[in-house]
Amino acid sequence: MSALVDLWSFFTTAENWTGNRGIWSRTVAHVWISFVACVLAFAIAMPVAVVLAHRRLLPVISVAVANIGRAIPSFAIIALVLPLSIRYGFGLGFWPTMVALVALGIPPIFTNTYTGIAGAPPELVEAATGIGMTGGEVLRLVELPVALPLVLAGFRVAAVQIVATATLGALVGYQCLGSFILEGIAAPRVSGDRLLAGAFLVALLAVAVEIVLSRLEPRLVPWRFRAR
Amino acid sequence: MTPAAVVPAGVFVAAEEPLVRWDWVRDHMDDVWQRTVEHVQLTVYSLVIGFVVAGLLSVVAIKFRRTYGPITWVTGILYTIPSLALIAPLAKWLGFGNAPVVIALVTYTLLILIRNNVAAFDGVPPEVRDAATGMGYTPLRRVLQVELPLALPVIIAGLRIASVTVIGLVTIGALVGAGGYGAFIDDGLNRFFPTAVIVGTTLSVLLAIVVDLGFVLLERLLTPWRRSLRSTARRDSTRLDPSAEGAR
Repeated sequence: MSALVDLWSFFTTAENWTGNRGIWSRTVAHVWISFVACVLAFAIAMPVAVVLAHRRLLPVISVAVANIGRAIPSFAIIALVLPLSIRYGFGLGFWPTMVALVALGIPPIFTNTYTGIAGAPPELVEAATGIGMTGGEVLRLVELPVALPLVLAGFRVAAVQIVATATLGALVGYQCLGSFILEGIAAPRVSGDRLLAGAFLVALLAVAVEIVLSRLEPRLVPWRFRAR
Repeated sequence: MTPAAVVPAGVFVAAEEPLVRWDWVRDHMDDVWQRTVEHVQLTVYSLVIGFVVAGLLSVVAIKFRRTYGPITWVTGILYTIPSLALIAPLAKWLGFGNAPVVIALVTYTLLILIRNNVAAFDGVPPEVRDAATGMGYTPLRRVLQVELPLALPVIIAGLRIASVTVIGLVTIGALVGAGGYGAFIDDGLNRFFPTAVIVGTTLSVLLAIVVDLGFVLLERLLTPWRRSLRSTARRDSTRLDPSAEGAR
């Protein structure tokens, strides 16, 4: 019960909401870095996957990318990039976190796009070629629409993981929702409520992104093609 | 003690610090061994407990189909919660150390394992099931001697994903005082010492690869009849392999 009391008192204290270390500003920063990371990860992974999958190139690599991506902890990427970021003048906080988040977002988008396009039913692709479509038309009118549900699912997985992991940006001084958790860990007696509040807010944000995106997905695929 | 450790202004150290100080690695082999033991322990505890809990929930989900939706919904929410946001409050209640890390990691394995377990048994051809019943197998014997062996590859595929995920996430545990390779990463991060970060990362990735290969080997040992069918089996398993993530 004391946890609920702690949470309540934290959220009803006005000064916890305002200022550049308050809930508002840290939430905005958390959402902002996640958004930029999603856009970058999508912009990098999607075109490469589309080109490779359309030509059915390197299927082994597409699986390897996903598996290696899972094995490298984001915590490690942030810690590795930090000294480089400082050495080359990108500073603390934003950029080391960004590199880790983009690296985290690429594998699910890449794998799903690749699987979706390369997995387009061969009879569809043959029929499209048979009625005289060019390679580009097959991609645009057949393979991409067929792959869309999987591409969107990959984007959702990436977005949720990115929002969840942006929490770790606090470790290198990025002022996000994870900062509340770290402040709580550093001084559990005086600011245990910050720890709970930060954890609560991050969890809420991640679950909200998951729910919103999974509700949105079917609306973005009006033709309701069932590839599998 | 290395010179890097006595210069306080870490930012300046970073400018001349080599990426890997091999003499440091040589001097810390004891630590490497100890961290390896801790990392493996945390991984094994989480996977074993996760496998047992997920196994029970899978049985419920398969027996009572209606519960499958709610079970994956709840474990899906748990899977969505950021690792630090789960580990930190647990550490506050249970104290720093292994317990909060293991509990958090167990919750992450559930969704992966349950989805694969259920898909594994769904993938058993109905005609095989009928044939077994026709030959007089009791339901329990049929499940254990006919369905389980056929389901093994997909069950192990789930364990592979879960183990790689867990091994990576164990590193976060260092932030609440659990050991493992994350302690190297945390140490390196705190004093701008890339060697420790690289050692921790490399070992963590290596462990993930070794464990993954171990599961591949285990699958081959447990399903010897597939050796001759290996090429057809591979084509078959791509359909069930959840490498395309979040597909529903």
